[in-house]
Amino acid sequence: MVDLRTKLSSLDLDNPLIPASGCYGFGQDFAPLYDLNILGSISFKGTTVEPREGNALPRIAECPMGMLNSVGLQNPGVKVVVEEELPALKKIFHKPLVANISGFSFDEFSILAEEMDKVENVGLLEVNISCPNVHNGGMAFGTDAKNVAEVCKRVKEKTKKPVYMKLSPNVTDITEMAKAAEAAGADGISLINTLLGMRIDIKRRRPVLANKVGGYSGPGVFPIALRMVYQVRKAVQIPIIGMGGIASAEDVIEMMMAGASAVEIGAENLVHPYICRDILENLPILCEELGISSLQEIIGIID
Amino acid sequence: MKEREFKILENRPLAKDVYLMKMDGDCSAIQRPGQFVEVEIPGKYLRRPISVCDVEGDQLTLIYKVLGQGTELLSYKEEGEYLSLLTGLGNGYDLRKVPDHPVLCGGGVGVPPLYYLCKKLVQEKKHPYVALGFRTKEDVFFEEEFRALSVPINITTEDGSYGAKGFVTSILGQHDYALCCGPEPMLKAVYQGVKDGQFSFEERMGCGFGACMGCSRKMKTGMKRICKDGPVFSYDEIVW
Repeated sequence: MVDLRTKLSSLDLDNPLIPASGCYGFGQDFAPLYDLNILGSISFKGTTVEPREGNALPRIAECPMGMLNSVGLQNPGVKVVVEEELPALKKIFHKPLVANISGFSFDEFSILAEEMDKVENVGLLEVNISCPNVHNGGMAFGTDAKNVAEVCKRVKEKTKKPVYMKLSPNVTDITEMAKAAEAAGADGISLINTLLGMRIDIKRRRPVLANKVGGYSGPGVFPIALRMVYQVRKAVQIPIIGMGGIASAEDVIEMMMAGASAVEIGAENLVHPYICRDILENLPILCEELGISSLQEIIGIID
Repeated sequence: MKEREFKILENRPLAKDVYLMKMDGDCSAIQRPGQFVEVEIPGKYLRRPISVCDVEGDQLTLIYKVLGQGTELLSYKEEGEYLSLLTGLGNGYDLRKVPDHPVLCGGGVGVPPLYYLCKKLVQEKKHPYVALGFRTKEDVFFEEEFRALSVPINITTEDGSYGAKGFVTSILGQHDYALCCGPEPMLKAVYQGVKDGQFSFEERMGCGFGACMGCSRKMKTGMKRICKDGPVFSYDEIVW
């Protein structure tokens, strides 16, 4: 028997697989496909203080080995999330959740931390300071080390739950942001968010996305995500949730060898809705083939 | 929703840039006309949403237009090859709400789902009137198939090269209830010419089953996902 268990600070997980925020809603669209309780946890749809309608259509574009999105954090706002979505999710998923929160000011991050701290089935806060699709917020916080630290402090003040800062890859040196988060008291780092990208419709001579630019995700970003997880692992002591283009059990092992204690699966859920179940079936078999008896043996083993 | 392998039985041109693909596979998740499938195209990341044109047992008919690289790749697929489909997506038309004499309005590649819808309505002893609009003569398809259902049919082309010159809306005066599928300007024009009906929207999609919020559109009761809450929306729900 391969031991798939892992740990994110005080949160124990049965396995390292977590569907990524923005690609899994609040679980309801996947519940008819398989028992969600096979998952390690779920990072639910990025939640803001106020309800958000998101960006204009089109919001999606095809890319080589992936996709662009400019959804723009469409969500019903923290009140509806806490009062309706999370209780509904609790009925079908019985483990602690990863609460993905996103603010447009330092105060909003404080409010969101306070609200999520009260939710019993939230096990960890993933602080999104890296959404490339919103203006005057999102990524603006994640590309400046001082802002990363300030957001982190504000969130830590309001919760005893583990706080993981979700970093943007759209920076010159990701380790600078990770170190700033660690110094400000972050319990862990979550990376990467999407890479800022663009497509142009050459017949119409205009961008494919109404927002002009969007976040690139999918298997094409995997080597970049892996490199950044590896660099951050070398730069900080706190645990890492690794994500970016993971599409197979092999990718999970690779990401953990680079330094991730757990992984998130994003875009792949959209094109292969059974992917999390399939990876979980394949993971123990692959571990046996590779002579891995416990996933803990391989976390960050690459020099 | 089901994820299933389908075997291609036929993939042939039907009109300019328009192809008909017949496939064999498990169609059991397809419950209503107006639903769609997401087709995985090897070499492309996102699946392509395509409306269901017909279902007979295990045989699925899709009609698609080559609009970009994905649909172009699809047009090269040959008999005997397999494709992965997500089936039974979207809500489809609600037949219970349809009166005895509805008008079916289709524009371009909005026409295919109306064929399956028309077939079902005829089976239910209703009397649909079919109005199909195309840009020009070489875009016209499926006239014979609709005629074989013994329903009255009116074809318009924008340039008058086939059928009457003009738009599908030209015949709306006599009808109160429309079942519609086509580009948004056409949906809106039809909406303004009737008193009630059901309208199928199209949009670029990420997943096709509600997870990504990539195709949300504002409706009277808030933001709705075209893929999951739609693609068919009732007259009362729509805001332009």
